[in-house]
Amino acid sequence: MTQADPSITVQVHPVSSGPAPRKPLAEFWFYFKQNKGAVIGLAYICFIVSIALLADLLAPHSATEQFRDFILTPPVFSDGGQMQFLLGTDGVGRDILSRLMHGARLSLFIGLVIVSISLVLGICFGLIAGYFGGLLDTTIMRLSDILQSLPALLLAIAVVAVLGPSIVNAALALSLVYLPHYIRLTRASVLAERHRDYVVASSVAGASAWRLMFVTILPNCLAPLIVQATLGFSNAILDMAALGFLGLGAQPPLPEWGTMLATAREFIQSAWWVVTFPGLAILTTVLAFNLMGDGLRDALDPKLKQ
Amino acid sequence: MTDREQGPVLAGKGLKQHYEISLGAFKPKGIVKAVDGIDFSVMAGKTLAVVGESGCGKSSLARQLTLIETPTSGTLTFDGQDILSLSPAEKRLARQRIQIIFQNPYGSLNPRKKVGQILEEPLVINTDVRPAERKERALSLLAKVGLKAEHYDRYPHMFSGGQRQRIAIARGLMMNPRVVVADEPVSALDVSVQAQVLNLMMDLQQEFGLAYVFISHDLSVVEHIADDVLVMYLGKVVESGTTEQIFNRPQHPYTRALLSSTPRIDPANRIEKIRLPGELPSPLKPPSGCAFHGRCQYANERCHTDTPVLSQAGHNSAVACFAVEEQRLDYIKTTELA
Amino acid sequence: MSLLSVQELSVTFGTKERPFRAVDRLSYSVEAGEVLGIVGESGSGKSVSSLALMGLIDFPGKVSAKQLEFEGQDLSAMSDRARRKITGDQIAMIFQDPMTALNPCFTVGNQIMEAIAVHQGGSKKERRLKTIELLRQVGIPAPESRIGSYPHQLSGGMSQRIMIAMAIACDPKLLIADEPTTALDVTIQAQIIDLLLELQRKKNMGLILITHDLALVAESADRVVVMYAGQVVEMGPASEVFRNPQHPYTEALMKSLPESGKGQARLNALAGVVPGANDRPNGCLLNPRCPYAMARCREEEPELITTHNHAVRCFIPLGATPEVTE
Repeated sequence: MTQADPSITVQVHPVSSGPAPRKPLAEFWFYFKQNKGAVIGLAYICFIVSIALLADLLAPHSATEQFRDFILTPPVFSDGGQMQFLLGTDGVGRDILSRLMHGARLSLFIGLVIVSISLVLGICFGLIAGYFGGLLDTTIMRLSDILQSLPALLLAIAVVAVLGPSIVNAALALSLVYLPHYIRLTRASVLAERHRDYVVASSVAGASAWRLMFVTILPNCLAPLIVQATLGFSNAILDMAALGFLGLGAQPPLPEWGTMLATAREFIQSAWWVVTFPGLAILTTVLAFNLMGDGLRDALDPKLKQ
Repeated sequence: MTDREQGPVLAGKGLKQHYEISLGAFKPKGIVKAVDGIDFSVMAGKTLAVVGESGCGKSSLARQLTLIETPTSGTLTFDGQDILSLSPAEKRLARQRIQIIFQNPYGSLNPRKKVGQILEEPLVINTDVRPAERKERALSLLAKVGLKAEHYDRYPHMFSGGQRQRIAIARGLMMNPRVVVADEPVSALDVSVQAQVLNLMMDLQQEFGLAYVFISHDLSVVEHIADDVLVMYLGKVVESGTTEQIFNRPQHPYTRALLSSTPRIDPANRIEKIRLPGELPSPLKPPSGCAFHGRCQYANERCHTDTPVLSQAGHNSAVACFAVEEQRLDYIKTTELA
Repeated sequence: MSLLSVQELSVTFGTKERPFRAVDRLSYSVEAGEVLGIVGESGSGKSVSSLALMGLIDFPGKVSAKQLEFEGQDLSAMSDRARRKITGDQIAMIFQDPMTALNPCFTVGNQIMEAIAVHQGGSKKERRLKTIELLRQVGIPAPESRIGSYPHQLSGGMSQRIMIAMAIACDPKLLIADEPTTALDVTIQAQIIDLLLELQRKKNMGLILITHDLALVAESADRVVVMYAGQVVEMGPASEVFRNPQHPYTEALMKSLPESGKGQARLNALAGVVPGANDRPNGCLLNPRCPYAMARCREEEPELITTHNHAVRCFIPLGATPEVTE
């Protein structure tokens, strides 16, 4: 193309938008850090993630080694505690702290897998339903409604009962259970954006349906999905723990937090630490994800911004 | 002006857009005739304005011209070639030459893409141009619409309404179109910004020989920018002609009412107010006969029952009105003297 | 005594370190039976000023005024409660988009009757009769049946008439119309403006018409206030201001209208954009864009000076110094 035609005296104006337009990430962080709870949540999650990644280096013992001489040792700060078992040992003499650390890896990984599967599939189905409408939309949404109308945990139990109890099957079952939420969220956003001018403009430029769905519309639907995914993480950990508690998820001796709770039922009154510490781990991690999810929602919600 | 065919760049005949509306579970479907038989043509380097109020069908017409919607019937020719009967691949090629600019500067740019990505998208989709060349073209068009190179990496929300319209115009030019359909491009802008954007559009028209189909309800803007005007009412053209004709010697009662209702800052430009009673009829239940008869002070029996057809009434104008046909209008004789 | 007397009204947003004056020492007055037009582009502060008047500016905006008198009573000195008795009853406001200004969950009759109930009371029957009468006054055909319609069943023009009915329900002395016809078609706009002016004449109300449409103000208003970036730049009788604009901004606005560009290839566009919160220049706010700007304009802020009831904020008002040419 030729250079600007000098006969066209078009005025050039400075952008009146502020001293320096913030990059989206910097802008996002600015709003995010105003929510102190969210920042604490994020910090805790980073902490847990680093423990999970470095469990092999940080954990004092292995997760499965049984110390027959130290069965049901109390935590170090109680009577009879030992320095080598900071949080005590369980019914077969395994170090609880080490099991929690290795269990973090399991729980986070499971959460990630579950959320990823349901997010990706949910986005695909939601995009298709919202974009094409008609029979495709009706079919997808009715199937989604059916999934949603079954109690989540019962559905997961049913799936696991069919496939057999294992951590992988439990993860698949939970992915299925969470799927409708993502489909619904995506579809709602797609419906809102579908007829906007910028989508029509891309369509006039020649974009195919797939490009319109994934490249044009999807980035504008991500905010509620990101929030839901974060909260979904915490749901995944909780539900996984529930399945583990029922003996349908991770099988012993995997140090999954829920399974640890399940095997500690008998010690509630006699050895409180075997039950409490896995419970606390679940509590704090889920809380952290929820706090962070709240902060994300506030930071990503355009209406709250000035 | 480069050598081009003498015929119109874009022309339509008998264009119709009928939508079926569900009126209830057990009732027969209603039909909304958004566009009901429109003929038009626009030449290279000229501007055809389509004027009317909300509900008259001008936006539906815009969508037909840019092939966003397929007309229910009628023909659309581009450089003499019927584009509605082309294969989808050929249609895509033709479509590149007819671009659109929207009214709302805040909705027509993807909020999650940078300006550079928005501009280059048409090239990415339709051509194999290398990234470096794409960027060069985007930057040159940015400069042409009066923006700076640094704006290439910014997001739309960092720009004002006028600047966004400039970006939208730049995007429209990326594929070297011959026709640009502008759907109320300056209605949402402040007065001073409006003037800047209109000047820009006219400069670009002159430089590239673009044909504009300019849709607007603002008659003062139309008077300035248009060569020819179509006045629409409830899906039909009620009057057409050159700008000079329409603004100095309006014939259809609706055109006159529109002109008189437009506020004028200079008292010398004000004409006697004609106040139309009532509102635009619902397109689901259009009146019988002439759609305008319910609000027209010159309506007679025939206007209630028969529908007037657009017919020549002077050199370059056509009117669809029985009162004009039957020469019942007092003002026509006096304004002809003007 | 003026119906409404506003002196040095300011509305500030932002923080203490970086205050943003959306409205800067706005002063005007409205008499009973007079139409005052407030004209400006986006960012001029025209809407914010009337919201401030009605007490509708929320934290963190701060409203301050030297004087804010309505019929001699000082509005800023009153408690919120006392002020609410006046606004809504004696001062009414209608907004730009009637579709969103009406509550979609209630019938229009219900909404009008609610307005009457809050300020005047009366039995349901009395209020219903009054509502039907109001609908008739604003030109709604078959008011007895329309009273049960929901907002989404009405067109833009009809909805705006409902808004006007709600506003005049309590016989206000002052009506503020904030861009009442911007969202409407031109023939409907003409009807609505006619209605407003007719009602204003009949009830001897003061009418403040806020709009960006200069021509509309030229045709409808008695006096006009031109605002730019929160300040009044020119004020005076409408016919006078538009025949002989003295401020460069007023002149530029008028010249950039397509109507003024008749016969010319290009419109006389004023370069630049209205300054936002962060790029207000020193000195006169218009100086980066003003074709007549001098060195003094870049350093000092001009004051609003009134001569023969025509006020201008400019060191070199047009027509005052003959040697200033384009």
